[in-house]
Amino acid sequence: MTENKLCNRIPVNTKEELNGLLQDKSGKQYYEEMDNLEVDAKALWRTIQTTCKSRIRTWLNICAHCGMCADSCLFYLANDNDPEQVPSYKIQSTLGEIVKKKGKVDTTFMKRAMDTAWGKCTCCNRCGQYCPFGIDMGVMMSFLRGVLFSQGFVPWEMKIGSGMHRIFRAQMDVTTEDWVDTCEWMEEESEDEWPGLKIPIDKKNADIIYTINAREAKHYPEDIAEAAILFSIAGEDWTVPSEGWEETSIAMFAGDWEGASMQVESVYEAIDRIKPKRMVVTECGHAYRATVIEGPYWTGQKNGKTPVETLHYVEWVAEALRSGKLKIDPLKKIKEPVTYHDSCNYIRNGGLSDCGREIMSYIAEDFREMKPNRDHNFCCGGGGGLNGIGRYRKQRNTALKVKRDQILATGAKLVITPCHNCWDAIRDLEEVYKIGIRWSFLKPLLISMVEVPEHLKPKDE
Amino acid sequence: MYNFITGPLAWFSFLVFFIGLFIRSVFYLIGLDSKLDRISYRVNSFYGIKEAFRSILYWMLPFGTRGWRTQPGMTFLFFIFHLGIVLPTVFLGAHNMILKERWGFSLFAFPDYLSDIMTIVVLVSAFVLLIRRIILPKVRILTKSSDYMVLFVAILPFFTGFMAFHQFSNYPFWMIAHIISGEILLIAIPFTKLSHCFLFFLTRAQLGMDYGIKRGGMKRNNNIW
Repeated sequence: MTENKLCNRIPVNTKEELNGLLQDKSGKQYYEEMDNLEVDAKALWRTIQTTCKSRIRTWLNICAHCGMCADSCLFYLANDNDPEQVPSYKIQSTLGEIVKKKGKVDTTFMKRAMDTAWGKCTCCNRCGQYCPFGIDMGVMMSFLRGVLFSQGFVPWEMKIGSGMHRIFRAQMDVTTEDWVDTCEWMEEESEDEWPGLKIPIDKKNADIIYTINAREAKHYPEDIAEAAILFSIAGEDWTVPSEGWEETSIAMFAGDWEGASMQVESVYEAIDRIKPKRMVVTECGHAYRATVIEGPYWTGQKNGKTPVETLHYVEWVAEALRSGKLKIDPLKKIKEPVTYHDSCNYIRNGGLSDCGREIMSYIAEDFREMKPNRDHNFCCGGGGGLNGIGRYRKQRNTALKVKRDQILATGAKLVITPCHNCWDAIRDLEEVYKIGIRWSFLKPLLISMVEVPEHLKPKDE
Repeated sequence: MYNFITGPLAWFSFLVFFIGLFIRSVFYLIGLDSKLDRISYRVNSFYGIKEAFRSILYWMLPFGTRGWRTQPGMTFLFFIFHLGIVLPTVFLGAHNMILKERWGFSLFAFPDYLSDIMTIVVLVSAFVLLIRRIILPKVRILTKSSDYMVLFVAILPFFTGFMAFHQFSNYPFWMIAHIISGEILLIAIPFTKLSHCFLFFLTRAQLGMDYGIKRGGMKRNNNIW
């Protein structure tokens, strides 16, 4: 074993290790060390033998090499039909080779596999929908990420993210105190405009436990205030947990299944403690995927479900509009052409495409669908953690082209993106390609057009 | 020679075909793992089975899925190739005569001219598939020598059968070549990608269960395929 300080097979579990990584600007030393990271072929083969079972083996084995997956992949399209971007090729030349060579691969191979698993795939799983055999290369790519993580071949930011979850139970260094303070601060901030606005913490038996993306706590606290405003207007009995409030999972993107499981565990413990009737997840795609779709399996829930019924934010909004808990002022509906971006993680992989359309029917006068849409929509280009990896910035920016062209074709200048990663990707898309669009989560839009009950309006004057 | 290839060798190849596919299927099914695959196959199975059937059905219909519809040329080629392989094999007059002689029953039989046309369709579409494999970069990059072998093994019985049926020359040679190539095909199926002739149904069903049970099957109203 070489003496790699930063780039090694051991996951980050302490603040010291984490700081070491954070101090290494852009992962310069980390990636240099990766050149000397030896592959533990025995352990690699053991991992494959114990976790790569009939489903993936059969997928690798029966692929007819027909190439029908090619055009389903946004990377293939965005890179001018580069054959090296064909999903089947990407997985056969990485995971396929590891299996074929019984784990006897070298460092150069593993680095290339890493560049493929994170730099050429967002695990959007669209290819699986286009394979006649139902071979899901996105699922295999996620699996490959786990295999690579176990050997230490993981992008610098992903290793940091996984460490954050292991240490803070959040993708960023937000402690329980930070989080609670942020909630209290947001209550105070909103006092003038929204008298009596409360962000109830750890309220036992509340109807709804609301869980978020750590970015909201760290960088966009107004999002939490907005959630509070909408819950209050809707008259919901809701709460946030002091611990277990983070739904996201960079650990999932990193292929750190143990870390991902620890993270989800913390949310389920919060549910257990507070005993709410339902859980609502903020406007984030991979958070829902991690905690609601995959999480139950990581934590061994036999029925594949979260401990209580869980709604993505779009489900809650659709329900609130339908039931009249939120009423839209008809005069304030969006008049300009507007389009809606389907997040792969809860649309294709979660079945929630109807909610977006239902919401649009309440809030928009000129709603324009992207094509293709719903379950067949293209990834924004920043999914699977790609947004956050400096090493693949160029690849990410190229991948954005598909979404850019989809948006341009609608003629809409406003894009609704109820997902953090998609929101980021579309913001960056505008920055890189300057097509003159705006982008928004649902919350601020809803607040600007919802009818506010008297008791929530500012009193004086 | 003739007796051997139509007797013991025929038995052997059919046994390898059926037992081989059976064993592969059993291994596939028992290898599915709720925890590793992260799909609760045994809980909420109703949703899984429903989507499994839809997953198979829509993909068996020409242009039944968005995948088929977005690549109409390939879809056309794909379907005529596969129909051309399955239908004349099962419904050929001569094959059914053999069934009748040996087992005392026969299936519905196509008129010979129809089987003949379908055989030509198989040969032509196989040729186009081959050309496609060579000229399209997205397919060429995936192609290994085994892909050519598999295609060759799959269509050889059709070529030899065609030659024997029309009796252009040396009928006994083409007939024996036809029988042997058919037997090679049967034996090859369980050991190669050709196993997809049955595993197709299982892998399609598996992804159907994935979507039905886990990926929104209980909430989705529209067709995922």
